[in-house]
Amino acid sequence: MRSAAADASGTDYLESLPRKLVTVYLPLGVFLFVLLFPFYWMAMTTVKPNAELYDYKTYSPFWVVHPTLDHVKKLLFDTSYPSWLWNTVLVSVSSTAISLVASALAAYAIERLRFRGSRYVGMGIFLAYLVPPSILFIPLATMVFRLGLFDTRLALILTYPTFLVPFCTWLLMGYFRTIPYELEECALIDGATRWQILTRIVLPLAVPGLISAGIFAFTLSWNEFIYALTFVSSSEVKTVPVGVITELVEGDVYHWGSLMAGALLGSLPVAVLYSFFVEYYVSGLTGAVKE
Amino acid sequence: MAAVELRGVRKSFGATRVIHGVDVSIADGEFVVLVGPSGCGKSTLLRMIAGLEEISDGEIAIGGRVVNQVAPKERDIAMVFQNYALYPHMTVRDNMSFSLRLARAPAEKVQERVGKAAQILGLESLLDRYPRQLSGGQRQRVAMGRAIVRDPQVFLFDEPLSNLDAKLRVQMRAEIKELHQRLRTTSVYVTHDQIEAMTMADRIVVMHDGKVEQVGSPLELYDRPANLFVAGFIGSPAMNLLPGVVRRSGSGAEVELADGGRVAAPPTQAGDGQAVTYGVRPEHLSLGTPGQGLTAEVVVVEPTGADTHVLARVAGKSLQAVFRERHPFQPGQQVSLRPEAPKTHLFDAATGLRI
Repeated sequence: MRSAAADASGTDYLESLPRKLVTVYLPLGVFLFVLLFPFYWMAMTTVKPNAELYDYKTYSPFWVVHPTLDHVKKLLFDTSYPSWLWNTVLVSVSSTAISLVASALAAYAIERLRFRGSRYVGMGIFLAYLVPPSILFIPLATMVFRLGLFDTRLALILTYPTFLVPFCTWLLMGYFRTIPYELEECALIDGATRWQILTRIVLPLAVPGLISAGIFAFTLSWNEFIYALTFVSSSEVKTVPVGVITELVEGDVYHWGSLMAGALLGSLPVAVLYSFFVEYYVSGLTGAVKE
Repeated sequence: MAAVELRGVRKSFGATRVIHGVDVSIADGEFVVLVGPSGCGKSTLLRMIAGLEEISDGEIAIGGRVVNQVAPKERDIAMVFQNYALYPHMTVRDNMSFSLRLARAPAEKVQERVGKAAQILGLESLLDRYPRQLSGGQRQRVAMGRAIVRDPQVFLFDEPLSNLDAKLRVQMRAEIKELHQRLRTTSVYVTHDQIEAMTMADRIVVMHDGKVEQVGSPLELYDRPANLFVAGFIGSPAMNLLPGVVRRSGSGAEVELADGGRVAAPPTQAGDGQAVTYGVRPEHLSLGTPGQGLTAEVVVVEPTGADTHVLARVAGKSLQAVFRERHPFQPGQQVSLRPEAPKTHLFDAATGLRI
């Protein structure tokens, strides 16, 4: 019988264990540590009582002796955190949906309809993505005011697509490019209209691309800060990133425990989303339509 | 079923002209193969018939109706693509019924048509599989099934066999031919493989640089190539072409080759001293007695079992001969090759046309 090691593919026999340790596992370990340490810190701080939190001479900063849920309780019941969370979900989902529909149509048009100037439109969209939000928020603020949308969720739902659409379009353009032309030509001969080609051939094949664009858009709008800070001010319409910063920092007093609890709870939905779609996500970025 | 007429068809992409006026009439039920080296415009021509490329000038008519401004789906054609173009996210059944479903055909009709096509192609057991679960030959069959289901006026094939391995290609070749004999649907088939063209076609259209070089039945092209291009393209191994000069003596004529050797010319009107290209197919050379025919030096001997291919050198040019017999040749050996004079060809050295 062949061992599992012998079943491993290709040139693996060339790699000795010590060599692998240095070239693979050590860098991987360092990478994991750097990546996961902030989460660990966040989780530790969340359950640490204030006495331990501010006394790092008696207590180790890396460990907790008497875990407590006080910070979580304060966050959930003394602040509007649940409504911030709801706002964030609402705003992220809506702006992601709007952006996906708009980008799918735009990307398909630029990539496949080959209208006059489509290349420049594609380039223009990419350039729009390069304009930093820290500049764009000033004119956008004026527009939000004039439209009477200031301090509403709609202000965020409508402004987030300004950076989501370019990004998703650009990503989907790359994905659509991997779908063979012949499929569309074949559908054209089979009697499909452009719209039918898009909905029955291209979009079903682009599902991995749509999922990765969706995840990206969702994450970007979930974490968005500057527009949310500028365009809303009432506590009940704030999103999580803005809410925790503005309401859990009172003057120079930082409620570290609750801040970290807010950050931890706020990052969970995104983490769950990622873990569900991680496979699609990778194939979406590498863009491969398998026959 | 319908006849297809191409009248003065031209195509240019911007300033680049790729097809320079093609006139071909394809009769109802005929199997016509467009053949030529890559870049000769044969695929572009097929795509123009399909409606996937605009016609820059000239007319294409299908069943008597000019289709220049008609959308692909209105042309009543079906096309089989080189990479099959099966919809990866649909089962074989859905792939085959896609066009009927788009046309909102009743479910019983869809079922009946798909069932019939699957039966013709032996796909019944594969109907619920996805394209990725099929072998190359099976995919090819599904692609044809998708075309058959539509019951179109014309089948268009764009190099459908070039993604298959050699053995499967030969098998599918026969299957497509048999299918055509059964369905009798007008078919236009594009390939760069002259053997495919020879074996499948009722008529072959040889194309080169966007022009039609010759149109004819396979054996016509083989026996009487109209010019040097067709002579060199049709037949495998290719025809040997040697430069020479016509020498008339009394009633007959001979061709004097570069090394001074003389071979009998086919019946010709060519005048004495005319520069020509002398063509002889490898299979029309036999072993002669020394001093007779062409004196050649054997370079490489390739036994294939059925016959033996010999690469030799004559007057500084390489020349190929095919023998049914198993001669014990050695590299470097001097042999005498005797062409069958009536089966040789003469072409004008300047124009390349048959004389």
